[in-house]
Parts: sequence; structure tokens; C-alpha cells
Amino acid sequence: MTAVTGDAPAVGGGVLGQPLDSREDPQLLRGEATYVADIDLPGTAHMAILGSPVAHAKILSIETKAAEQLPGVLKVATAADFTDVMPLPCIWIPGGVESHFPPHPYGLPGARPVLTGDTVRHVGDPIAVVVAETPRQATAALAAIAVEYEPLPVVTRADEALAEGAPQLHEAVPGNLNAYWTCGDKDRTDAAIAEAEVTVELDLVNQRTINSPIEPRGAVGDFNAATGEYTLYASTQGPHNHRFLLSALVLGIPFNKLRVIAPTVGGSFGTKGYLYPDMALVLLLSKALGRPVKWVDTRTGLMNSTVQGRDHRQHVTLAGTRDGRITAVRATSYANLGAYPSTIGPGVATALMGRSISGMYDIGAAFCEVYAAFTNTVSLGAQRGSGRAEAAFLMERLVDRYASEIGMDPAAVRRKNLVPKEKFPYDNGLGWTYDSGNYELNFDRAIELSGYADMPARKAEARTRGKRLGVGLATYVAICGVGPSTRMSQEGMLGGTWESANIRVHPTGEVTVTVGSASTGQSHGTVFAMVAADELGIDPDTIQVLEGDTQKAPYGQGTYGSRSYSMAAPAVALTARKIKSKLLKAGAVFLGVPEEKVVYEGGKVCEEGNPENAKTFAELAMSMWYGWGLPPEIEPALDETTHFDPPDFNYPFGTHVAVVEIDELTGETEVVAYTAVDDAGNIGNPKIVHGQIEGSIVHGLGQALMEAAEYDENGLLVSYDLNHYALPRAADVPFFALDKTVTPSPHNPLGAKGAGEIATVPPAAAVVNAVVDALSDLGVQHIDMPLTPEKVWRRLRGESQ
Amino acid sequence: MNGRPEQFSAQPNELLVERLRDGLGLTGTKVGCDTGQCGSCVVRLDGRSVKSCLVLTASAAGSEVATIEGVTTPGGELTGLQEALRQEHGTQCGFCTPGMVMALGELVDTTAGGEAPTEPEIREWLTGNLCRCTGYHSVVRGVQRACAAARAEEPAALAESGAVAASTAAGQEV
Ligand code: FES
Ligand code: FES
Repeated sequence: MTAVTGDAPAVGGGVLGQPLDSREDPQLLRGEATYVADIDLPGTAHMAILGSPVAHAKILSIETKAAEQLPGVLKVATAADFTDVMPLPCIWIPGGVESHFPPHPYGLPGARPVLTGDTVRHVGDPIAVVVAETPRQATAALAAIAVEYEPLPVVTRADEALAEGAPQLHEAVPGNLNAYWTCGDKDRTDAAIAEAEVTVELDLVNQRTINSPIEPRGAVGDFNAATGEYTLYASTQGPHNHRFLLSALVLGIPFNKLRVIAPTVGGSFGTKGYLYPDMALVLLLSKALGRPVKWVDTRTGLMNSTVQGRDHRQHVTLAGTRDGRITAVRATSYANLGAYPSTIGPGVATALMGRSISGMYDIGAAFCEVYAAFTNTVSLGAQRGSGRAEAAFLMERLVDRYASEIGMDPAAVRRKNLVPKEKFPYDNGLGWTYDSGNYELNFDRAIELSGYADMPARKAEARTRGKRLGVGLATYVAICGVGPSTRMSQEGMLGGTWESANIRVHPTGEVTVTVGSASTGQSHGTVFAMVAADELGIDPDTIQVLEGDTQKAPYGQGTYGSRSYSMAAPAVALTARKIKSKLLKAGAVFLGVPEEKVVYEGGKVCEEGNPENAKTFAELAMSMWYGWGLPPEIEPALDETTHFDPPDFNYPFGTHVAVVEIDELTGETEVVAYTAVDDAGNIGNPKIVHGQIEGSIVHGLGQALMEAAEYDENGLLVSYDLNHYALPRAADVPFFALDKTVTPSPHNPLGAKGAGEIATVPPAAAVVNAVVDALSDLGVQHIDMPLTPEKVWRRLRGESQ
Repeated sequence: MNGRPEQFSAQPNELLVERLRDGLGLTGTKVGCDTGQCGSCVVRLDGRSVKSCLVLTASAAGSEVATIEGVTTPGGELTGLQEALRQEHGTQCGFCTPGMVMALGELVDTTAGGEAPTEPEIREWLTGNLCRCTGYHSVVRGVQRACAAARAEEPAALAESGAVAASTAAGQEV
């Protein structure tokens, strides 16, 4: 399969862009990598957390004496033990929205206490902790803690939480409304809809889902009384970020007294970037007990405490002409923030979703409003493709609905409305300015590769086998490369979002690259070495990459929103260029020629026109180590750092085509073919990105077909473990047909765009479109996810939604 | 235990995975779900792959237990299956990987010499192992590659299986 190139790639011809094997894989395949649960410090005690069994109640009393008497128990603690600990902050308050929470001592909005003392607001809300000699003793002792509750009424849906007379979650938040947030031009949009030849409307539920990394979260706290220093080992996507938030903003200890280490992290998909009470608790309890304290979550614990995703109820409208030109889109969304604002949850539910709704289309008028509400559910956070997936879903459902209304082919409608190539940079009217794109090329490639033209024949053939075949398209633009720090501050992010890298060249010519980012399975060690190797013209095997330890790595904000390759890798490239320019200066001195007369080529500095007069990278490294003969303006040694803050975001995009077959008898939906053509700009290691795209698509298919966090009327999470929450398995998916287009981003020196999670954005829309297509002759216009066999079976038999 | 005798007494309610991880320090075996759903804890008991979170230690007495640590020596050469998975990048975060290697090892062993497993058979075999990162494709391709290698076929023969169009793309393009 050939890549379709939109523009000439901006990178040079070295190792970058080659499908090198991941250097991380052998260790993982041998089971030798250390995850948090594998850390075993001498003298470790074990912590267990008592989560609320009820969704909403006043705590009348907590009795811990019996638990304290049990064998092995070292300490039982409740909120009363931590009155001097500051609340965990929320650092993404959507732009222009006032937080109703009492301000955090540092001016940030306080989101939740480390332990809840007065009112519990969701099942799993942490009330008490036990530390014991063994994990089993700690867990056993939880049962001996007696808590008296006075039940309060429960609400689990955002729209219901906003209704008159709904149960109230926070005294400081009247009506449970955390934010009313808008973007776009309301008047223009309303006018365009009022004047339109055609309008279509849909009511959509973008159900709540649970990311479910296979490794549950964990944390080990280790306080050193001799030095007064704390070390936290945690399954985190952003060790520096967690250090910053925990030290200064929660524990009130000096920044330089806390070290955060992310060992190998077993997947994250957004969830492990959040600040959770357990991270603070293991540190506080380690200090109190004078021993390391370790906590490892269970699967049910994860389901009831790690942030969940999506969860919007929407009313959406699209307007257009009879001949397929879209003129306006409008969305009203009720977003469910859960019981507390998570670290960045409110921003995900508003800006990340709302500003993305027009997708790849050039629309005259667009408007989105979000009511972000508190309910008695687990806090909302990021989830692979967060915000963008919800946006793509609503737009792509609308486009299909519109196509069917005007009797036009859905592909033709899409093709007609794509933002044309010459319009970039393109202001989408909702707050984003797309950097670069070649949407027609991308779209046409997907249509061709999927065999879209053959679908009528395939539908007829499927009917002979008792199957209904449907085809569904979805396109998307995903905002990535968070971020430009100033722009993010305008968006309400209370923190910087730049990324950094350090390169140290050792006297023997080997190199160490350290980055502030932290891998959760993205083979950073391989990819960042490739970037440095490409710039320096040296063998990537001589380059070591370190990350994930705040004591070793330069500052950085971590891995989230598909940003490592378009944020940290540019920092590596720019640092390598600093090294190179220093080598050119010094090389000129060593070679005894003027600076204008030397060039850097193939890992050597040589005299222009006289390649014999040269010094290799390794020779230069040694010379710089000695520092002999350097003029005063050149410092010895090679050690450079770059902090990269891009001018703007980057915007990967793509087109996916799902083909499904529905069994007429059982209602079962099988994805029989799936084509994806994504554009992530210049790609560093295609083998690694390919794997991320495949995983992303399956994640998206999971939401379409089977995943749902279900709460009952009492606020009990019914899908509390993997027997009750369905994740896609190997037999649920076919091989995919993948291709790419390449449109470099102008916003970083590698021309890179985000890649890791982008392919999670469109699959849910593509699959639902395909299923609705398959059922369209029955008058079906929409089905809510997940598309369980029962739901589809009922529609096949004419029952309404 | 991985070819060495181990002697200890276990509480009647002790799970095999607890003994492996906490008692014997064999942390390559992972715990992902506690309910027998994820397969991160798969080890081989007398050659059969089992979920060690569902096996009581006491019931394994007298059996041969093989864990991921017994598959290779530290830092040592990878087995054919591991090597094939490496070439297909069948592991991302790696948390599900030891369980996958143990479960798939049985498939590769049991089909060695006979018919190579088909793609649906490999996917069916994998239904006991959850992976949230890879989407399973690279794992399935890895098994196909391992089986082909075990039969000393040219990897080129795979290209015709259709399953590998994407794999080729993995090598060359996206
Ligand atoms: S931990 Fe044993 S199957 Fe998940
Ligand atoms: S590689 Fe992460 S869960 Fe499988």
C-alpha cells in the first residue's frame, strides 16, 4: 500500500520514518518490566481504601476502633486525620466560566478532599484508609469500619441534575451547574437554521464509558525522615505534573522535596494523568508510619474511582440546501461531570468537544453550548479521543441524517462540504484554526480503498445469507499537540503546557536523551532515539532515552492528547540542533578552519570541499569533554536543553469506513471490514503508529458495540468489573485496511501531528452510521450506542428506540 | 516451578497468582481484573494455560508450573513466538503481554507439526486475554508469523493470506 502524500515531507532522509522495531518490546515480552504493583521496597506496608457503598449520603459517624484491633493493622485514617491537607485542585476550568468552588489556597479551585468526611457523592467516594502489614489484612480490615449514613436522593444524569427540584450535590454549586459554556456564533447559526431549505435534528446519547487500561492504577509512597524528602512511584502519564500539583498545591511541601517516578505504565488512554486521592495518601501515611506505603487498585476499585469518559446527552441540528451544501450546525449538550470536577474534566467536556463539532467541513455558521453538571457518578475525565470523539459522533450522525433527508449519497454530501485545500490555515468559527489539511485527497483515498462503489452489490449478496449489510462513513479533525501555553491559559488551563528535552553527549560519544514526557506504551525510548539520531546523523543504538523520573528528566507536562511526538519530539530535535550548532563552532576550531567553512554531515564535522579534514561525532564528544583549546566563548561539554511551546495546536484528520453485517435472526452486528485513512503529518516510526491506530480503532468500536458504564437508579455502578463491562476481544474484530495521507504541520520542526489516539475518534460514528444504513428501509434514523444485539433485534422487529 | 522444585505451605484460600508474585517474587505474571476476565495472569500448569487468579495454590501441588520467567533467561534470547511478536510489535504497554505469551505458547506448541491455526482460530484462542492497546491485530500477525517460522515457511507465503496486507503496511507505511 502506498502512502498518498499531500505535501512533501519536511524531515530528512535518516532513520526517521522507518519502521524500526521497538526497543522496549523484548523486555515487555520477557515480563521483565517493572510496573507499580511489582515495586517492593524494604519494609513496605499496604494500604486499602474504603469507598462509599452508596451514591449520595451524609456521613453521620465513622467508627474505626474495631478495625484498628485487627491483626497486622498499623493505621486507620479518616478525613479527620488530614485536615491540614489542601483539596485536590481542578486545573481546567473552561474559559470564561467561574468556578463555584471555594478557592484553593493557591488561587485554584479546590475540587475534592483526599478523604470525604461529611457527604459522599458517588459509590466509591473514598472515606477511610487502612494500612496493614499485608494487602489481605488491609482489605479485611475495611469491613470492620462502621459508617453510619443518612441517605440523600440520587441523580445520575446531567439533564436530570439540572431540572427543578433535583438532588443537590454541592452547596456551593446551585442547581448542580458547574459551567454553561458556549462557542461559535449563536445569532448567525440560528438565522441560518431558520432560513434553511432543509433542517434535520437528532437527540443523541453519547454513553459513559470506562477506559479500562489493563493495569489498574497504583501508588507507592516513600518518605525519608533523614532528608525530609518524599518519593512517589505511581502509574502516571505525567510525573512532573503530578509532582507540581501534589507538592505545592496539595501537600504544601517544597517542590524540591518531592520526586515522582513513573515506572512502566500499563496503558492509560487519558485516565492516569489525573490527580487521585491515593497519590497523596500513600505519601502522608508513609510519613506518619515511617515506612513505605503501597496501594494497588482492584478492577472494581478502578471502575468506581478512576475517571470515566464521554457522557453527553445532546440535541443537535444541521441545516443545508436541497443539493447537499451544509449551512449551519448547532449543538446543545448536557455533559455529566460526575460528582467532583476532576483534574481537567470540565475542559474535556466543553472546549475539547465543542470547538471540534464542525469536523472536516467548511460550514458558514456553527454554535455549541454545553451545560456541564454534577451528578452522583464517578468524576468525568479524558478517554482516548476525548472530546473529539463526541464531536465527530454528533456531526457524522447529522451528516448521514441530512443525506438521507435530501436523498443524496452520504459520501457525496461529505465530499461537497470538505474544507478545500487552499483555505488553510482554516478558522473553523468555533475557536480552532486548523494548521494544514488536504481533506479531499484523504477522503478520496478512503472511498477508493474501502471499495465503496461496490457496496450495493455486497448488500444484495449479504441478503441471500440472511444478513443485512450496512456501510458507514465518518471523517474527523482531532485537535492535538496541546499546547501553546498562552492559548491553553485562554482556554482556562491553569498551568503551562510546553514540553522539554535534554541531550547530554558523553565523552565516549554515546548520548542520553531525557524528556519530560512519559510513555504509557508508546515506545518513547525507540522514537525519541530515532529523532535525535536523525538530527545528529548517528546510530540510534548509541542513544539512551530516559523519562518518567522527575529527578532525572527535565520538566515536561507528560503524555496526553497524542502530544508526545508533536511536542516532546520537536524538543528533542531542536536540542539536537543546538548540539549540532555547538559542534560546528567547536569543530571549526579543532579543524583549524573558519566557521563558515565547516559543515555537519553524516555525524561528522568537516571542512567544506575537503571531507578528509573531518572529526567524527565521537571524536568531537571526547574533545568537548576535555575542553582543550576551546576559545572562551565556547563552553566545554555537550549538554543542551530546549523547552518547546508551539505557536498553535496541530490538527490530524482522517476518513474511516465501516462495513457491518447484521444477523436478521439475532440482531448481532459484526464489523466485517474496516478501512481507515488517517493523516498524522510526518510520522516518526510507522510501525509504532500503525499499532496505535489499530488499537485506537478497536477502542472506538468498543464504544459503538458493547461498552457502557451503567448506573442504576440508586447510583450503583452496575458495570463494576469485567464480567459486567464488555471490552472488545480478539474475535470481535477483523483485520483492518489502513493507509495514510501525509500533510505536515507547520507548527513544529518535525511537521508532526498527534497520532496515538486519533483513530479512536471516528469509529463509533462510522459503525452507527453503518448500522442505521443497514436498517434504513425499516425507517430507522438513529440507534443509541452500544449497539447490543438485543437493541438491534428490537429495531429489526419494528420496536422504537 | 519453571523446572525447579519449590516447597512451601500455603493457606487454603491462597491464590496461585499471589504465591507467584508475593511469595516467590515472580512478578512477570500480572493481575489485571481479579475475576478471571483479562488473562494477564495466565501461566501454564502441566502445559495447559490457566488463569492463575482462578487457581488455588494448594490445588497446584505436585504440578509443573511455568511462568513467563521460565520462558527465557533474563535478557536472554527470545523464543520464536516472542521474536515474532517483537517483529510485529505485538506489545505496547506490555501489561497483557506475559499472559498473552503464556496462552499463545500453548497454541503454538499444540499446533506445531499439524495444521497452522487459522486467523479465526487464533482470535478465538485469544478471547481469554484482553488487550486495550494493540487491538490484537499485531498479536494475531505475530502468531501467524511464529507458526510460519515454526514450519520453516518463507514469511513471503504469509503475504497471500490477506491477513497480512495490513502487516505489510505496518512495515512500510502507516
Ligand atoms: S487477573 Fe486473572 S484473569 Fe485477570
Ligand atoms: S499491550 Fe497494553 S494491554 Fe496489551
